[in-house]
Amino acid sequence: MTSSPVLALRTVSKSFGPVEVLHNVNLALSAGSVHALIGENGAGKSTTMKILAGYQPPTKGSVVLDGQPVQFANLQEGEAAGIVMIHQEFNLAEQLTVEQNIFLGRELKRGLLLDKAEMRRRTRDYLARVACEVSPDALVSSLSNSEKQMVEIAKALSRDARVLIMDEPTAVLTNRETEVLFEQVQTLRDAGTAILFTSHKLDEVAQISDQVTIMRDGDVVYAGETAEMSEDAMATAMVGRDVSDLYPSKPGVPEDAPVVLEVENLSVPGFASNVSFTLNKGEILGIGGLIGSGRTELMEGLAALRPASAARITLFDQTKQFKRPGDAQQAGLCYLTEDRKMRGLLLERGMRENLTLQNLHKFGGFLIDRNAEEAALTEAIREFDIRSGTRDVRVGNMSGGNQQKLLLAKVMLSEPRILIVDEPTRGIDIGTKQQIYAFLRKLADAGHAIIVITSEMPELIGLADRIMVMRLGEVSGTLTQNAITEDAIVRLSMGLRGEQTPNVA
Amino acid sequence: MTDTTTPQTRGFQMPSMSVLGPIIALIVLLVIGTMLNSNFLSAANITNVVARSAFIGIIAVGMTFVITAGGLDLSVGSMAAFIAGLMILVMNAALPSMGVGIPIILLGMVTAIVAGLLAGLLNGFLITTLGIEAFIVTLGSMGVYRSLVTWLADGGTLSLDFGLRTFYRPVYFDGILGISWPIIVFAIIVIIGEVIMSRSAYGRHCAATGSNEHVAHYSNVNVRRTRLISYAALGILVGIATIMYVPRLGSASASTGVLWELEAIAAVIIGGTVLKGGFGRVWGTVIGVLILSLIGNILNLTDFVSPYLNGAIQGVIIILAVILQRERKAAS
Repeated sequence: MTSSPVLALRTVSKSFGPVEVLHNVNLALSAGSVHALIGENGAGKSTTMKILAGYQPPTKGSVVLDGQPVQFANLQEGEAAGIVMIHQEFNLAEQLTVEQNIFLGRELKRGLLLDKAEMRRRTRDYLARVACEVSPDALVSSLSNSEKQMVEIAKALSRDARVLIMDEPTAVLTNRETEVLFEQVQTLRDAGTAILFTSHKLDEVAQISDQVTIMRDGDVVYAGETAEMSEDAMATAMVGRDVSDLYPSKPGVPEDAPVVLEVENLSVPGFASNVSFTLNKGEILGIGGLIGSGRTELMEGLAALRPASAARITLFDQTKQFKRPGDAQQAGLCYLTEDRKMRGLLLERGMRENLTLQNLHKFGGFLIDRNAEEAALTEAIREFDIRSGTRDVRVGNMSGGNQQKLLLAKVMLSEPRILIVDEPTRGIDIGTKQQIYAFLRKLADAGHAIIVITSEMPELIGLADRIMVMRLGEVSGTLTQNAITEDAIVRLSMGLRGEQTPNVA
Repeated sequence: MTDTTTPQTRGFQMPSMSVLGPIIALIVLLVIGTMLNSNFLSAANITNVVARSAFIGIIAVGMTFVITAGGLDLSVGSMAAFIAGLMILVMNAALPSMGVGIPIILLGMVTAIVAGLLAGLLNGFLITTLGIEAFIVTLGSMGVYRSLVTWLADGGTLSLDFGLRTFYRPVYFDGILGISWPIIVFAIIVIIGEVIMSRSAYGRHCAATGSNEHVAHYSNVNVRRTRLISYAALGILVGIATIMYVPRLGSASASTGVLWELEAIAAVIIGGTVLKGGFGRVWGTVIGVLILSLIGNILNLTDFVSPYLNGAIQGVIIILAVILQRERKAAS
C-alpha cells in the first residue's frame, strides 16, 4: 500500500493478570485497504481488535494513529478519532427506529427540540451510501441480519469512520447477504476507509481482503498480501499443522443397515409441515437449506422442545410419542442446539454444573454426588480435549470452540443413540472443527445415527452420507452419493427444478 | 481415565467477598449492639431476636428458592395475614364440636398449610401456566389477601378463643432445652433448605432456570414445574410461619404481616442471592434475616434513632445490597 498506516499497533503486548495473551503484536491498517485478521479461537484476535478500537489499553507497546502514539481513555475518544468497531452481536436498540439508532446519543437538535427533518435527511443519505433500502422509520427489530449489519455500517458512517473494525461480520449472514455486505465494504474501501475484519471463512478472506494477518497463540505468524497466500496455506498457518484432511473419510453406510428412526408426517406449526424421513444406523444425515427453511424448528419439534405433531415416529422399531424433551432423551434421542450461548450453556456458571445439568439423575438420587460430577468433568475434558486453563473458569469466559466441545460433552452424557447436531461448528476455528467432524464420524462408525444441520456447504458435503434439503418447511429433495453436489443442493434450497434435476430419492 | 487427574476444587480457598460480606456485616452489628447496650448479648435478648426472626426467616427460605428460580412473590405478608385469619376462624368455629385439645390445634395447622399450599399454587399457576409476570400476579394477590383478611375481620381484629389461646401459647413460648419452638422449626427448615439448594438436583434446576430459562429448557429441565414447585413450597412455608405466629398474639387483623414481603425479600438479597435469579444460598438468607432483626433490636434498645424508622432503614439496606451486588458483578 502506498500510504502510511492510519492506525497501527507497535510491539503491543497484553496481559490479563499473570497471563500474557498477546506477544509483541505489530499490525498496520492503511487507508483504502481491507485487512483480514484470522486465527483460531483464542489466538488473540478479539483482544487485538479491542486494543485497536480503544476498548482496552495495551500492557506494553503503543497504538499509533496517523504516526502519533495515542491512548484512548474510553470508546468515545476512539470514536471521536474516527475508529468504529462493529461487534458480532449487534449494538442496536431493537425497539427504536433505524433513524433513532443512527443518531442514538448524538441526536441533532434545534434549540431544545430534536431536529427530526435533518436527522431523517442524513439517515437517508447514509443508507443510500451503503445501498440499504430500509426506511429510516423501520424498527430495527423488524430488520434482517444483513440489514442490521448495514445499519451498523451506516451508523459508523455517521460517525465519520476512518477506520472500521468488524468482528466476524458474516458469521450470521447468508451467502446472499454476505455478497451485499462485501459490495459495501468495497465501496467504503474505494472511498478511503481502512477496514479490518475477522472471519473463520477463508474463502471470504481470499475474496475480499487486500492484506491478511494470521495469529496463533497471541503471536502474529504471518502478515502480508492476501494474494500471496492460498487458502490451504492460511489454514496451515493458523493451526500450525496441515489440515488438508479436514473431513474424515466416509466408509459408506451398508445397504442393509437397519432403520433406527422413521418419521412420518412431522409438522411443526408455522415452521414445517408433513416432513417424513428415515435414518439408518451408522449414518450421518445432513440437512441443508436456507436459514429459515424450518430445519431447526423441525428437529426441535422432533425432540419435543417445541409443539409438534406427527403421524408416527418409530424409534428402534418402537412407536414413540414424545410429550416433553425428557421423553426423547430417555428414548435415546438428543438435540444439540445451534445457539450455544443463549440455549446451550449457562455462561455465568462453571463447567461442572453445565456438564451435568441435563443428566443430574445420573449423579445420585435426591442429592448430587459432586465427586462423581468432578470425575465426569475430568473424563469430558480428556475425551473432548477441552482447553480452558482452569477447571473452575466461568463458561462465558471460554472460547467458542471450547464452549462447543463442552456442549457436545454435555449432550453425550445422555448417551444418545440418535444425535441431532445443529450448526455444530458455527463461529469456531478450523482446528476445533476438524476435531468435531472426527468425533461425529467416530460416533457414526460406532453404530450411532447422526443428523447434522448446517448452513456451511463444504461441511454438509464433506460430512454427510446422505443429504435432505429443506425449503419453506418442506423437504425439497434428498441426495445420495454421487448426486451430492453443491449445485444440486443450491437448486433444491432455492426450489429450482431445471434440467439438472438431481436424483430425488 | 479418572486415574491421572484429580479434582482440584476440594482444597481450601479464601472465601470471596460475596461470602464474607454478609458475615462481616453481622459481626459488625453484634459488636455495635454490645457496645451500645450491655444486655444485648444476654441469652434472653438473643433468644428473643432469633425467635422473632423465625417467622420472616421461614418465609425467606422459601423466597430464596423463588428468587433463585427467577421469580418473585410480593404476596407473602398478606398471605400470612389471610391464613392467620382463616386459621382463627376455623378453630373458633370448630371449638363447640371439638373442644380445646390437640385435635383442634392440628386442624388449625392443617388449615394453615393447605391454605398456604393452595395460595402458592395459585400464584405459581398464574405465573407459569398463564405466563403472567410474577410481579403483577403477586402484587394482585397481595391486594386480594390483604382485603380478604380485612373483610373476614370486618375491619377489626379476629381473636382466637381465650381458652384455645392459652392452650396454643406454648407453641410459641415453649420449646426444648430452653430453645423455643419457632427457633427449632426455623433451624430444621434452614437445614433442609440449604441441603436442597446446594446439594440436590432441584436446587440445581432452580439456579439453571433463573440463570437462563432457555438453556434450562434445552437441557430438558422442566422449567414450569421447577417454578411452580418453588411458589407452592413458599406457600407452605408461609403457612408454617403463620402456625408459629398465631399463638404469639392470638389474633389477626388488617395490619398483620404488613411489610413481611419487604423483610423477606431484603433478607434474601442481603444474603447474597441474586435478585434476577440464577444463584441463591439459604445460609446467606439466614444471615440476612438476622441482620435485619438485629438492626430492629438495636434501634429498640438504644434511643439514637426512633424504632419507627425501622422500615426506612430496611428499605435503604435492601437498595444498598442490590447496589453492592451489581458492583460485585461488574468487578468479576
